[in-house]
Amino acid sequence: MKTDPLGVLTGEHYLDGDYACGEGAMAAGCRFVAGYPITPSTEVVERISQRFPMIGGTFIQMEDELASMAAIVGASWTGVKSMTVTSGPGFSLMMENIGLAAMMETPCVVVNVQRGGPSTGLPTMVGQADMMQARWGSHGDYEIIALCPESPQEAFDLMTDAFNLAEEYRTPVLFMMDECVGHMTEKVVIPDPDKIDIVPRKLTRAKPEEYKPYLVNGNMIPEFARAGDGYKFHTTGLTHDEKGYPVMSEECQAVLVKRLVDKIRLNADEIAKYKEDGVDGADVVLVTYGITARVARMGIDLARKKGVKVGVIRLQIVWPFPEKRIRELAGKIKAFVVPEINYGQIVLEVERCAAGKVPAILVSHMGGGVHNPEDIRDAILEAAK
Amino acid sequence: MSKVIERTIDATEHPISPYIRMDRMPHIWCPTCGIGTVVKCYATALDESGIDINKVSIVSGIGCTGRTAGYMNLDGFHTTHGRAVPFATGLKLGRPELLVTVFSGDGDLVGIGGNHFIHAARRNIDLLVILINNFIYGMTGGQNAPTTPITAKTSTMPFGNFERPFNIPHLAASCGASYVARYTSLHVRRMTKAFKEALSRKGFRFIEIVTPCSTLYARLNKLGTGLNLINYYEKSSEIRNGVDTRDIDISFQDKIICGKFIDEERPTFLDMMHDHYKRTLGDRYVPMSNEGGMIRE
Repeated sequence: MKTDPLGVLTGEHYLDGDYACGEGAMAAGCRFVAGYPITPSTEVVERISQRFPMIGGTFIQMEDELASMAAIVGASWTGVKSMTVTSGPGFSLMMENIGLAAMMETPCVVVNVQRGGPSTGLPTMVGQADMMQARWGSHGDYEIIALCPESPQEAFDLMTDAFNLAEEYRTPVLFMMDECVGHMTEKVVIPDPDKIDIVPRKLTRAKPEEYKPYLVNGNMIPEFARAGDGYKFHTTGLTHDEKGYPVMSEECQAVLVKRLVDKIRLNADEIAKYKEDGVDGADVVLVTYGITARVARMGIDLARKKGVKVGVIRLQIVWPFPEKRIRELAGKIKAFVVPEINYGQIVLEVERCAAGKVPAILVSHMGGGVHNPEDIRDAILEAAK
Repeated sequence: MSKVIERTIDATEHPISPYIRMDRMPHIWCPTCGIGTVVKCYATALDESGIDINKVSIVSGIGCTGRTAGYMNLDGFHTTHGRAVPFATGLKLGRPELLVTVFSGDGDLVGIGGNHFIHAARRNIDLLVILINNFIYGMTGGQNAPTTPITAKTSTMPFGNFERPFNIPHLAASCGASYVARYTSLHVRRMTKAFKEALSRKGFRFIEIVTPCSTLYARLNKLGTGLNLINYYEKSSEIRNGVDTRDIDISFQDKIICGKFIDEERPTFLDMMHDHYKRTLGDRYVPMSNEGGMIRE
């Protein structure tokens, strides 16, 4: 369906990535946000708290990030599109209830504007070191969807994807910005509301007496009933059967957890979103995301000037990882190069998919700034030898 | 001499069976545990108050009391340890017409969840919070709780507790709760009446029920069974409505002051928010509707 025009600030704007992210959420139909202040993400909720009273949304500043995450999971059970926003330390605190959202199959969006870590780290400076935490941060087996914008414009655009994927797969979706994208100001074009397609909450049509909250018929996504509609359903963070009742057995665990993982893993190709440039016939392929994708462009240009055939895959959705595409390329190229602002995270995933056929070379920046394009160029030249 | 009373109870004929997921019985609670009594009184209060059950949600955290959300035939959310109150806050704000009750144990509500408890009371968010206080962590095997009376033995204070416990009605009252009461699971009529009354009120309503844990608290402290604890409640509890909550600490096997301590109408979080935005933004204010913020097809 087309989005609710009330949330859409159509026009050309000059916005930083945090504001653009907030506008993207409102344009995508988000109407409940709970958050706790943390640099460098706070501008997202500041923007939202300024506009929500005029568009029928409710913002609440909770007492901590544990509460913020719990509140958006609770709110989502009323059918409202809900979101919270944080950075590294707050992201760590949210992990338990991200797991609850995954287990209860609750659509919601968590924005993490990444800064340098570990611990308090570099609160005002960039990092990309939460990428594996996004994938594995909560305990137990589950799969997640995570997006990564490279610009304020994309912070706006990809928010619609984030909310839509949360609805389609009934899962928490992580929006992995970084401080650079969050704080850089650029032109952002917000389209007309009739150009923004959103996925509304699909409510079950089953009769209350026949409804089972976790029954799946063929596909892997159960039908949703919202609180207050007379379904009297039960949901729990315990391992549960199709009625939502706790069942402490190996069999129930296997059926439930396999489905939670497979509903995303088996749809990875469907979910995947990346942009390619010059990959066909390339000797070296860069795998990039976030602000680093933009820095890498100059490194690529410099390498191309030296005659190297270099292509790039820019990940807009990092999790689930585009495994199939990386495997295909591994048979055709000399090496992957992965620049990232951490000491090696996504490079591990590239290496796994390359499965020993070609090397995956890390170009690390430890955080607090972005790469020198020359370092990326040099890595490409080395890889092409 | 104990007598065996032979009778069969038809599950469908029990007066509160419409409020219970009978397909989940028997429950996991121990014999002479007090939680079932509180559930019965809450269900009775719902029944007698005649409110639309379809609009009632129940949220609980983790522990013995945490299981309540799974046994009641309502929209029920069994969430994470300590987070029932913020989860319920989201539920209420997402669809303001809902009537949301939190069932929580003492460790859940004021141990791991203490921060949420005081802030929800401060905001006067529209929640009925029922605390089942058995002075101990039951589910995990009898560890010390933030409510364990001084000298009482727990599995992590084997020589007796020396930490000062919370006086939770006082905590709730000092943070701004609009309704505060305490009873024991002996006081089934007063408790039911308090639940009914609190269901008709707005804002942050807090009711503490002191209940027996026979398997751990009574056994570790050589107090007999749950029945002996009920006898102790009968002997040592005192109804003192309106008393200053500063004076109602509970000491080991000592007096338990019960009653209704606070019943004041105060504007809730949503009242304050609506009034403030109406005043400051005028016609530009678009409140979320009572049916919630869901965007429909």
